[in-house]
Amino acid sequence: MTLTKTLKGNTATIVGLIAVAVALSASYLWDDTQTTAVAARTVREAAPLILAGLCGLVGERSGIINIGIEGQMLLGAFCGFMAASYTTNALGSTVSLLAGVAGGVAVASAAGWFLAWTAIRLRMDQIIAGTVINIFAIGATSFFFVQGRTMPTVPNWPVPGLRDVPLLGRMLFDHGPLTYVAMLAAVLIHIALFHTRWGLRTRAVGEHPGAADTVGVNVFRLRYLNLAAAGALAGLAGFALLQSASAFNRGMSNGKGFIALAVMIFGRWRPMGVFGAALLFGFFNALQAQLQFKQALDVPPQFFGMIPFVLTIAVLALAGLSARPPAASGQPYDPD
Amino acid sequence: MTEQNPSWQRQLVVPILAVVLGLLAGALLILLTGDNPLTAYGGLMAGSLGSAEGIGRTLDKATPLVLGGLAVAFAFKAGLLNIGGQGQLLLGAVFAAWAGFDFDLPAIVHIPFALVIGGLAAALLGALSGYLKAKRGTHEVISTIMLNFVAANFTEWLVSRDGPWKDPDGGAIARTPAILPSAEFPRVGELPTGFLVAVLAAVVIWWIVARSTLGFEIQTVGANPNAARYAGISVPRIIIIAMTISAFLAGLGGAIQTQGVIGRFEPGFNTGLGFDGITIALLARTNALAVVPAALLIGGLDAGSTLMQSRTNVEPEIINVIQAFILFFVAAPSAVRWLLRLRNAADEPEVQLAGGWGA
Repeated sequence: MTLTKTLKGNTATIVGLIAVAVALSASYLWDDTQTTAVAARTVREAAPLILAGLCGLVGERSGIINIGIEGQMLLGAFCGFMAASYTTNALGSTVSLLAGVAGGVAVASAAGWFLAWTAIRLRMDQIIAGTVINIFAIGATSFFFVQGRTMPTVPNWPVPGLRDVPLLGRMLFDHGPLTYVAMLAAVLIHIALFHTRWGLRTRAVGEHPGAADTVGVNVFRLRYLNLAAAGALAGLAGFALLQSASAFNRGMSNGKGFIALAVMIFGRWRPMGVFGAALLFGFFNALQAQLQFKQALDVPPQFFGMIPFVLTIAVLALAGLSARPPAASGQPYDPD
Repeated sequence: MTEQNPSWQRQLVVPILAVVLGLLAGALLILLTGDNPLTAYGGLMAGSLGSAEGIGRTLDKATPLVLGGLAVAFAFKAGLLNIGGQGQLLLGAVFAAWAGFDFDLPAIVHIPFALVIGGLAAALLGALSGYLKAKRGTHEVISTIMLNFVAANFTEWLVSRDGPWKDPDGGAIARTPAILPSAEFPRVGELPTGFLVAVLAAVVIWWIVARSTLGFEIQTVGANPNAARYAGISVPRIIIIAMTISAFLAGLGGAIQTQGVIGRFEPGFNTGLGFDGITIALLARTNALAVVPAALLIGGLDAGSTLMQSRTNVEPEIINVIQAFILFFVAAPSAVRWLLRLRNAADEPEVQLAGGWGA
């Protein structure tokens, strides 16, 4: 791929990036403290959305709609919290946090496998299967939740040197580990999806499973594996919620799993698109929080609370018509 | 999902097995936490059916569930999944409260007036989702969920400190003033009359779906939008109508909750009704008349959970887990067959919604 071709193919992205850069610099010159605060918060708020959006993306690229991301995140956050909480005394805080990540990822991944199983083996409606995961997650995490437990705080990992760059340092290089994981995951999945054999096969299975089958791709096996891997991403997204909250709360995913679906659609089922869309939603959240904190406007807090949801609908209403999901997404595959 | 299913006995097998398996799964969880499932379920039964008071509570709980279930079942017929029951119910509840405290009318007018105001407020929200789906291609699952959050924030604001409908005598409590007695649904003994309205709604919806031209058009769109288009049916129109009626039903559920149970609007009740509606609609195989017993079942679980908790320490959230299992088993008859090694139910109708985001 030549450079000119890359530039031409991503005109919209490049124009968008330049616009953001100009707006950021202008805003920084106008008020550096607030701009830095909002920019840093944007990235922090975007992290769980990036991971959850990628979860939805990998599923749909493989041909399975995942509306249960919300539940997977909740399970991931809950099991991660429990695992970290119960192992703190025995293992110390660092190892127990790793145990927490592993626990959350394992359970959310199992939920992904379950979704694949219902779609492939039971040929169940995928939207209902996702709803089952959501209801189960809300019920089970509330049922087993014990008030008053604590877990170690997830540390911040500022990158030495880079952290001190004005604006960009606080924005990109002063975060908890899962925020870096989220940004890295978007780049890695982009490369994997468009430049590896796995990616080609996954896209084939999502667009035309019959054709993929004919050339020897094991459609079902790939769907199982991808949904389990995607579930792991949702588990990380759940743990990313703990990174900023540092304790589990009932229903703490608070609609982020559904916003992630909007992020995926707005990002046109492309990893870097998801990255950009998640940043946009993160920005809305950060702005909302900053305005509310500063009490800059005399508007009731409930209206600020509505902003991300109203914008999600607006964005989808504007973007929806031209967006095209993978062709086989949601359709059960019948080899006969 | 059409009417050509085998026999009604055959149709009952899967829902009943689903409920039994769901309760068994719940029993396992209760065992895991070290409680006795029999004592727990005994408390559940006693709390929901053991007394006239318990039965009244079950009917109270079942009323919004009947309407929430109808809302989902009706949208299903058009191939739409309305997960917005929660937000639609909140709007119905708060607007019925407003019509109840701000207007002074004779009871014979006031009760239906508040009911319809609540239903219409919710219907507007549903119409918006329908419009977005029909004209802008925004998937209704996303839009209805987003609107749930919008409605929750909006209704909370209406009754908050600066809100226009805040109860001036409520101090710090966020709520509307109490509705006038003339807007309240009366109780006959323990029987809440709001429940009768819900049953009536079920009959009307059954008639619309099974007997009217609109019902035929809706089912055609649900079965095959392309065929419907070629047959001259305006698919966008049907989508908007179906979402509007569906939301109207959920709004009625909220209105009856205000007028028959709570007597005012307070934020934060019945969270999760949208999901309950899905379970109930599927349990009823999207048949409007069957929604009533399905809602009674889920309402009974809910009504009995408090007594269960006081007898055994089992958290009432177990009801959600049991519901998830019931929904799973009822949506996947093949899973029930696979679990129980049942044979020959090949003609079992599977619920299949349209896949994809664009359609």
